[in-house]
Amino acid sequence: MAQTVFTYILHKDGKIDDTAFELISAAKKILPDAPVIAIAVGSGSELEAACNELSASYPEIWKIDDEALSYPNAEIIRGLLPRIIPQGSIVLVPHEHFGMDLSPGLSIKLDTSFLPDAVDFQGMEDGKLKAIREEYSGQVSTHVLCDIAQGSVITIRPGVFKADESKGESGTVVDKTADALKEGLPGQSRRFLEVVEAEVGDVDITKSEILISVGRGIEDEENLEMVNELAETMGGDVSCSRPIVDAKWMEKSRQVGTSGQTVKPKVYLALGISGSFQHMGGVKGAPYVIAVNKNPKAPIFQQADVGVVADILEFIPMLTDKVKEIKG
Amino acid sequence: MEILVCVKRVPDTAENEIEVNKDGTDIERDDLVYSVNEWDNYAAEEAIQIRDNVGGTVTVLSVGGEDAEEVVRREMAMGADQGILLSDEAFTGSDGRGISEIIKAEVEKGKYDLILTGAQADDGAGQIGGMLAALLDWPYASLVNLIEIIDESKIKVGREIAGGNQEMSEIDLPCVLSIQTGINEPRYVGIRGIRKVASMEIPVHGTGDLSLSPDVIGKSGAKVKRLDYFVHDPGEGADILEGSIDEILDKLVEILKTKGGIK
Ligand SMILES: Cc1cc2nc3c(=O)[nH]c(=O)nc-3n(C[C@H](O)[C@H](O)[C@H](O)COP(=O)(O)OP(=O)(O)OC[C@H]3O[C@@H](n4cnc5c(N)ncnc54)[C@H](O)[C@@H]3O)c2cc1C
Repeated sequence: MAQTVFTYILHKDGKIDDTAFELISAAKKILPDAPVIAIAVGSGSELEAACNELSASYPEIWKIDDEALSYPNAEIIRGLLPRIIPQGSIVLVPHEHFGMDLSPGLSIKLDTSFLPDAVDFQGMEDGKLKAIREEYSGQVSTHVLCDIAQGSVITIRPGVFKADESKGESGTVVDKTADALKEGLPGQSRRFLEVVEAEVGDVDITKSEILISVGRGIEDEENLEMVNELAETMGGDVSCSRPIVDAKWMEKSRQVGTSGQTVKPKVYLALGISGSFQHMGGVKGAPYVIAVNKNPKAPIFQQADVGVVADILEFIPMLTDKVKEIKG
Repeated sequence: MEILVCVKRVPDTAENEIEVNKDGTDIERDDLVYSVNEWDNYAAEEAIQIRDNVGGTVTVLSVGGEDAEEVVRREMAMGADQGILLSDEAFTGSDGRGISEIIKAEVEKGKYDLILTGAQADDGAGQIGGMLAALLDWPYASLVNLIEIIDESKIKVGREIAGGNQEMSEIDLPCVLSIQTGINEPRYVGIRGIRKVASMEIPVHGTGDLSLSPDVIGKSGAKVKRLDYFVHDPGEGADILEGSIDEILDKLVEILKTKGGIK
């Protein structure tokens, strides 16, 4: 009963996403000997370019190519995949905005188990897959057993599995379009209209070298004043985590994270931010990360270079004074 | 419009430090402050605003123990018209599929145009809305941060995608949407509001009231099972600065200077 592992490929403008290579590593950790097949959905020359790039890393690529698939509408793709994926397969999808849209329902349509947001795998136990997940925004981890005997849909957290860069394959592209579309185009009850681009803010934090980033720990809108003062003193810009934007205390353009900006500063000072993967997913370019948090067990301390356990409401003004002092 | 909102009672991570208990079987539950899951609260607010605009009713539903009643009541205090609690010993240990099957069984007893869930809850799975939609064979959209009612048969939704961009679609009713934080500004609910709805009855439905196959619910039906809780070994975590506050400040400023953190 050889199970095949399928990986769902994200791609845009003909370029494949890094997760395409991370899913290979994840697949190898789940079932080391299973064949791994990439599934790429899209249209025309962009899909072709993506498949070309994939063929260096995957022995086999299944493509579904149609004009109607040029924008990835999860409702349509959820209808198409069960027409080509054999029963009992394992399907890996990146756990991000598209994967979250596609996957839970896909598991129902394929009648398999569903394992969301896996961060590691530890082999089989009692015939079941042992995986690691996180709960409470990463404050605690759990081992879970997932029954994969009848197949499974598993979403993989981006950025945690090492990308397989071996590129030793010369894969074949198998055109599954006819099989997938034989019964027509599914998912017509949700019709894609357009993408509205994020508004550009007054300050482009993606260009900032020093970011003073503030999270829910700041508690009150008025307290942002002290953060502004610190940033001004240090010569940096203020960015924030999502709850600050949700509360409408700061512009969306200041939000760092997977649904906000990707920043590449030299120094990232995180004040009262817990360090969720969606937030840290926007901190790139290996900056020097300093975290100030009153909870010594906050997940941010696992990712920061230097940490201070303190109440930011007391600490920020003191740091501002200190920086002023040495600047003279 | 008949709207159903699914909510969950969860430990409030903004109020608590979550720790693992001694033997790793659970988190430390003593002294935990519970509240309605952050995402669900936005979903309830959105439902109430839609009802206020186009008419209809908002029903709030929770699957859980008796305690879950308190979050249902809270959302009723917010403005929901009625509540339902789905509670039964037999539901304990259900995985995401099981919870979705339980909700589906309740949905089939009513007549809803729109079902809202939070985008995710305390376990970060984000699975109930998508599974429920697929079980019902209704269309689904996740991470919704905008809803516009077009007419009785369709709505326009915005989904949050990477980079703060927004994916706009038209979606037919009935449908299921998972709601992302920031879609609205949930109203404040005070003690007085809760008191107002204190005497309203919240029916409790269990296996006897719902047509459910035992194969998919409870611990025995679960294909995904949590074994334990543990604290991830940080490996090389942050270098925590120690000493008096002045010493810490001195060290930190020194670091800032060498790393280019002061201009
Ligand atoms: C699809 C999706 C996309 C998302 N995208 C993003 C994104 O782009 N960016 C983003 O940031 N989030 C994003 N999130 C949300 C993310 O999951 C977290 O909820 C969010 O990052 C938490 O923000 P926070 O750390 O500020 O708040 P919390 O997690 O509430 O943490 C607050 C921290 O402050 C500390 N604290 C409290 N008071 C004090 C004090 N007085 N002094 C010192 N420390 C204090 C606490 O110990 C805690 O660690 C996304 C979520 C989803 C589902």
